[in-house]
Amino acid sequence: MSDALLSLEGVETHIGRYHILHGVDFAVPKGELTMLLGRNGAGKTTTLRTIMGLWRASAGRVRFEGADIAALPTPAIAASGIAYVPENMGIFTDLTVAENMTLAARGAKRLADIDTARLEWIFGLFPALRKFWGSRAGVLSGGQKQMLAVARAIVEPRKLLLIDEPTKGLAPAIIGHMMDAFRELKRSGATILLVEQNFNFARALGDGVAVMDDGRIVHRGRMRELAEDEALQTRLLGLSLAAHQ
Amino acid sequence: MNRAHLPLILVPALALLALPLVGSLPSWATLTIAGLAMGMIIFVIASGLTLIFGLMDVLNFGHGAFISLGAYVAMAVMLPMAGSLETASFAATLAMLVPVTLAAMAVTGAIGLAFERVIIRPVYGQHLKQILITMGGMIVAEELIKAIWGPQQIPLNLPGSLKGSLLVGEAAIEKYRLLAVGIGLAVFLAMLWTLNRTKIGLLIRAGVQDREMVESLGYRIRTLFVGVFVAGSALAGLGGVLWGLYQQNITAAMGAQVNVLIFIVIIIGGLGSTAGCFVGALLVGLMANYTGFLAPKVALFSNILLMTAILLWRPQGLYPVANR
Repeated sequence: MSDALLSLEGVETHIGRYHILHGVDFAVPKGELTMLLGRNGAGKTTTLRTIMGLWRASAGRVRFEGADIAALPTPAIAASGIAYVPENMGIFTDLTVAENMTLAARGAKRLADIDTARLEWIFGLFPALRKFWGSRAGVLSGGQKQMLAVARAIVEPRKLLLIDEPTKGLAPAIIGHMMDAFRELKRSGATILLVEQNFNFARALGDGVAVMDDGRIVHRGRMRELAEDEALQTRLLGLSLAAHQ
Repeated sequence: MNRAHLPLILVPALALLALPLVGSLPSWATLTIAGLAMGMIIFVIASGLTLIFGLMDVLNFGHGAFISLGAYVAMAVMLPMAGSLETASFAATLAMLVPVTLAAMAVTGAIGLAFERVIIRPVYGQHLKQILITMGGMIVAEELIKAIWGPQQIPLNLPGSLKGSLLVGEAAIEKYRLLAVGIGLAVFLAMLWTLNRTKIGLLIRAGVQDREMVESLGYRIRTLFVGVFVAGSALAGLGGVLWGLYQQNITAAMGAQVNVLIFIVIIIGGLGSTAGCFVGALLVGLMANYTGFLAPKVALFSNILLMTAILLWRPQGLYPVANR
């Protein structure tokens, strides 16, 4: 795909003696939100970690803006413009919300150096962060921690956001809030690769979709097409989106 | 009271508990200042080690080598100034001790850099190999010190103006111990300022919790670790100077002897925690002095008892570091 910001070509990943990813191929177009779906253990988290260099690809290419980043160390991959929100959120619970944000803003030596207008935009997306700005991140609820994790990823403009299961374990009201925030992120032109198990969340937000099973990509296409084809959903995911209404 | 502040009470609680046992207020005051001085010196030495472990999960049993080396470098630098140090005023003495400690810290920091490159780097993530090779490194360092300065114990006399005691009421407080408390406090405050008010400090605190996430944010944790290792080695060198002057003699094996105490301190404090290391060091210093006075036969293993009691209360130490 010519407008792909990120593309994986035949990516293989081994963890110890286990062969997890088997020739993963898919692309993330610029300015779109691409959903990466699949059952538990399909290899979605491993794919994100391989893109970030946290686990090394044993074969294949990971192209970001045309350059192969598969062999780069994680800090260099992050510095090239990719932000990552892991499944466990990666919040520094002993640090305050403000300190977490200051760390994520690589260009800021101290809190005052963070772009105020951008910070206000983030507070608009996640008002709870303003309220708990000086509090230890450890005292936040699960939903607030997830908001902080996403806020940290966007504290400075990034070219690509990799986000792993942002709705995991969240109450429906918080999921709704998170959905609004992602809609606003999409409007801002962000390119996002999002791993998700919540099919309604995926259907509401996804532009493109890749489905994984047993470490392989078994489907690539538009989210709208998958959302309309119950037989395909059942075949790929084991159940249909209608079952989640 | 906030659960996090609970361990802070332990230090005054231990001191107050000792007061009726010691019986005499002047003796208690003397022992308490001696214990605080010893604790501060141990903190200076152990603070680097706990960050080294917290940041990269590295068990450096060779930390003691930097203590011995620091003391020997100080001795070598002080030797030509011996006459002046004996007669100088307090201010002049401090002015002369500054280059002495800076030299000790510079040498131990530089050797620390080489130690990290040659000994630590090949064994990242392998605890058993880390223990074996760092202990081996310490033995080699000890033998090199003996080869350079000889195997015998060397006296390290206190400068004239630091000898003797100040009388506060009936309590005799040794001048040097007061200075050691002051230096320890200054290091603690500087460390707190760095960890809480600078971006490098934020990175260290975050790295102790989740180094993978720090890398995912775009920071090179290995570079940070090398910096912490060098700073930790330099602090051990400073601690070696303070410890040598505290004991008033130095041997190549002094680092290995202090090693036991510093591991007790960082385990009591919670591996990776600077605040825990500070409280743990003060407890160990006070305990050693009180038991040395009250029950000398128990003194040798009193700190093991202290560690056992604290671990029974808080199995991960006074301040467990989250996410570990």
